[in-house]
Amino acid sequence: MALNRDDKSPLFAPGVAGTLRLIVYLALACVLMVLDHRGGWLGNVRYGLSLVVEPIYRIAGLPSQGFQAATVAFADRQRLTEQNQRLREDLLLANAKLNRMASVAEQNQRLKELLDTQHSLSLNVQLARLIGVDLGSFRHRIVLNVGARDKVQAGQVVIDARGVMGQIVDVMPTTSVAMLITDPNHAIPVTIERTGLRTVAYGSRAGDALTLPNIPVSADVQAGDKLVTSGLGGRFPPGFPVGEIRDVAQTPSGTFLSAQAKPAADLDRSEDVLLLHDLAEPAGPLPLAPDVGPPANLAPDPNAPPVTPTLPSVTSPTATPLPARSSTAASSTGTTP
Amino acid sequence: MNKVRVRQLWFAATLLMSLFLMLIPLPGPLTPFKPYWPALILLYWCLQSGDRVTLGLAFCLGVAADLFDGILLGEQALRLTAMVFIALRFRSRLRFFPMWQQSLAVLAFLLNDRILLLLIRVFGGDPLPPVEYWISPLVGAALWPFVFLILDDLRARLRIHEA
Repeated sequence: MALNRDDKSPLFAPGVAGTLRLIVYLALACVLMVLDHRGGWLGNVRYGLSLVVEPIYRIAGLPSQGFQAATVAFADRQRLTEQNQRLREDLLLANAKLNRMASVAEQNQRLKELLDTQHSLSLNVQLARLIGVDLGSFRHRIVLNVGARDKVQAGQVVIDARGVMGQIVDVMPTTSVAMLITDPNHAIPVTIERTGLRTVAYGSRAGDALTLPNIPVSADVQAGDKLVTSGLGGRFPPGFPVGEIRDVAQTPSGTFLSAQAKPAADLDRSEDVLLLHDLAEPAGPLPLAPDVGPPANLAPDPNAPPVTPTLPSVTSPTATPLPARSSTAASSTGTTP
Repeated sequence: MNKVRVRQLWFAATLLMSLFLMLIPLPGPLTPFKPYWPALILLYWCLQSGDRVTLGLAFCLGVAADLFDGILLGEQALRLTAMVFIALRFRSRLRFFPMWQQSLAVLAFLLNDRILLLLIRVFGGDPLPPVEYWISPLVGAALWPFVFLILDDLRARLRIHEA
């Protein structure tokens, strides 16, 4: 059998050097993976190498773009006319709804101004297009044609006409990568519109649905309930549709209800998406109030002990204010908000 | 001299092509059927000219693929290195296999590759993938005879052309 045996391709002999090299390379790969998993510096490397990566994304996106162009070019006239008609009806309907909403929105705005809240219904968005690139099977990510040069930041919310699609996770100079809400590693805080129940919707293994694994057993949840973003967590602004519950069942342990939901957005069909510009209110404590009140040099010296014990009697409303002490009291309350 | 250069260009072009094929999406329902192109092309070169494919090359190709993929740097590098190592070790035997046996061997390689990927992802904290995850190696093995014959034919043609 061994016709031309040479040293380079031995038929059965194991090569020690080859094994050693394999171990070295495998170790190197493992080190890379661990470093990347822990530190996440792949983003920096990619940002640096985006000069190479981005043109390749664009080129690799050409076939799907060409496919779409061909679909339009070879689609028969009737279908296009039908589609046009449908879009026109949709637009008409949407406009009619908008007109009805306008007065309500204005009223809402006025009431909110009265209540002095900061929410506004206006959207500050940016249009983006998908680039047809496959980032690995069972990875629910999409590539968009806007990037750091268009002032895109990681964490911005991606929506389409029907609902939330996901959020930006990786930004390169002229492209960005968004994680879809169906990714198994993604979670989005939602409320059930009908009952106001707050819960969290996770992506699912199969990737075409959302799972809500921890709903209390006593909660009122039915198939057909709409999910909207709750705005908790400070990433997704409240009030955007997320999905619709398909079925509800008990978890095997019986301690929770688990529901499956269908995403509202056209995750695999949308070509044009919107990037929300204003993020929701950040979670966590409010920023420190700016210094108000008299300048700090009027404040009493904190190291001067005799002034502070007398303060309570001065600030009590019934006490008759002495001119000299009242000024020190006012300045001290002013500097400690 | 010219011949060598053309061959090297052809070699590099096929590898680059495999990366492109990896990035180009298939229409929605066909997505799980997409074979792992870099592995197929690398296997072809392993069997065809084993002295040109080294572990280092497999590692570099894997890192490049990881950069395009943007998921986890080193993942595909590890998978491709392991696969090329096994393929190079059994190269002399695989070359004399009839085509259907070669296809079976490729299926084994690709399945092994998927198991490695599964291990990596589970260690990384991902949930188990759905059943469609295992379709891709079958498609790859079914495509193998065509990949092999087409690439071989093209190679022969190039050689004739330049001679």
